[in-house]
Amino acid sequence: MRQVGYYPGCSLTSTAIDYHESIMGVAELLDIELAEVDDWNCCGATAAHSLDHAAALNLGARNLALAARGPQPVVVPCALCFNRLKTTQHELASDTSGVVAEIAALGGDYAGAHVVELNRFLTSEGIIAEARSKAVASLAGLKPVCYYGCQGQRPPKITGHPAPENPTGIDRLLSALGAEVIDWPYKTDCCGASHSLARADIVHHLVARLYQEALDRGANCIVTGCQMCQANLDLYQQEIAGQMGRAVNLPIFYFTELMGLALGHRQTERWLARHMVDPLPLARSVKTA
Amino acid sequence: MSQQVSAAPESKPAPPPERPATAADAEPLRPDGAFMRQVERDTGISIGACYGCKKCSNGCPVTFAMDLHPYQVVRLAQFGLVESLRASSTIWVCASCQTCLTRCPNEVDLPRLMDYLKQTVAQGQVPAAEEKTLVFHRAFLGEVAKRGRVFEGGMMARYLLKTGGAFGPEAMANAKLGLAMFKRGRLKLLPHRTRDRRWLKAVFKAKEAGS
Ligand code: SF4
Ligand code: SF4
Repeated sequence: MRQVGYYPGCSLTSTAIDYHESIMGVAELLDIELAEVDDWNCCGATAAHSLDHAAALNLGARNLALAARGPQPVVVPCALCFNRLKTTQHELASDTSGVVAEIAALGGDYAGAHVVELNRFLTSEGIIAEARSKAVASLAGLKPVCYYGCQGQRPPKITGHPAPENPTGIDRLLSALGAEVIDWPYKTDCCGASHSLARADIVHHLVARLYQEALDRGANCIVTGCQMCQANLDLYQQEIAGQMGRAVNLPIFYFTELMGLALGHRQTERWLARHMVDPLPLARSVKTA
Repeated sequence: MSQQVSAAPESKPAPPPERPATAADAEPLRPDGAFMRQVERDTGISIGACYGCKKCSNGCPVTFAMDLHPYQVVRLAQFGLVESLRASSTIWVCASCQTCLTRCPNEVDLPRLMDYLKQTVAQGQVPAAEEKTLVFHRAFLGEVAKRGRVFEGGMMARYLLKTGGAFGPEAMANAKLGLAMFKRGRLKLLPHRTRDRRWLKAVFKAKEAGS
């Protein structure tokens, strides 16, 4: 069994529990042990970097110091947590003077954490081949567009992403598992992220464009690897469809859920039942295909 | 000999159309580089490197909701027009999606400049153009400062109380959504926190917990 570090972030312990459960399920199927970073803290998200740069730096520094102590790499499912950790690491590489003594006391090996976004970790050639060999069902009939969002790719200087404008990992994985993946130009467009409470209108405008394009291209679902994207696309779908004056019924899957489906994890339906747009009819049509 | 096309003396370019006088005509703009230098010193953002190509703005997904386009933010910063920047909704509407920084030929870190400007507003006396966004960020940070992690229930309560919407239509829509999520096992009733919390005081020393 292979052991890697795991930084879940706050959302995956509550509103995105379905993502967390499917990650655990997939790790089990692939014989990977996810060792949670001991006593990790919130990454600070948009709020910290917007209002308090010193807090953002210190929250990141503490996570990195703790992550460096465990197994490597440290995989991060949330694109924003990933971006915050990488940005902090970049800043700390040249200047650690802003770190408070209480956190500096953790050892200060900020560069020792090898931070990798989960969707890149799980779409390496090796893992795709392994997933394909372990698959018990084909995802044929599923016509997804893959939606990566923003924070996992940009800016490439920080994220190290080789193709920030056209990531292909999830596309390749799902194609290997039999899905009829549809290419589209909105892979890395923004969903509005943290605006969903204070400026819902911005999120609705951006998400409507994504639905429109996905439907025009004949997609029957959208697949993502970020729980903020998933929430913005899944939670308000009927409201946004009403504003668009167009029927929208697009289940929003996590790519890990579809891995569970193809590899036959017994709890897949339990994860899917937590969504707002019911993905079960489409998921079941796939299974029997 | 072939005929050479030459500009006839009588076809002089037309004079620019009349434009109504604005306040700017009465008071000519005097660019002041002090702010630009201060930002560059504080953050390392190379504002002066911008040559106005607008690539940042062409790729920005939220210009439809902005009062200043991203390149205008850089331009005003070059000129030192800080008050216009502090009063703008753009700095709050920016979704930090990093598209502009990724595409800028001069690596002008616009998202970080937006953060810098938000911070000067949050710490100063000028009201934020997007007050609810500021309240949301404060509610979020209040949770982090208290527990080291974010408890969504606590954050929502803080946000709704401060935006005066605890019983308004927005709160009702959120409550309906909250219930639907609760039924699906996606809302926890009890907060979770980091085991060690001694470091929180040092990190958030300047913040009143709960603000
Ligand atoms: S892309 Fe960069 S150089 Fe071009 S206008 Fe925007 S900030 Fe200036
Ligand atoms: S980071 Fe902000 S300004 Fe830059 S492209 Fe994204 S939303 Fe626009």
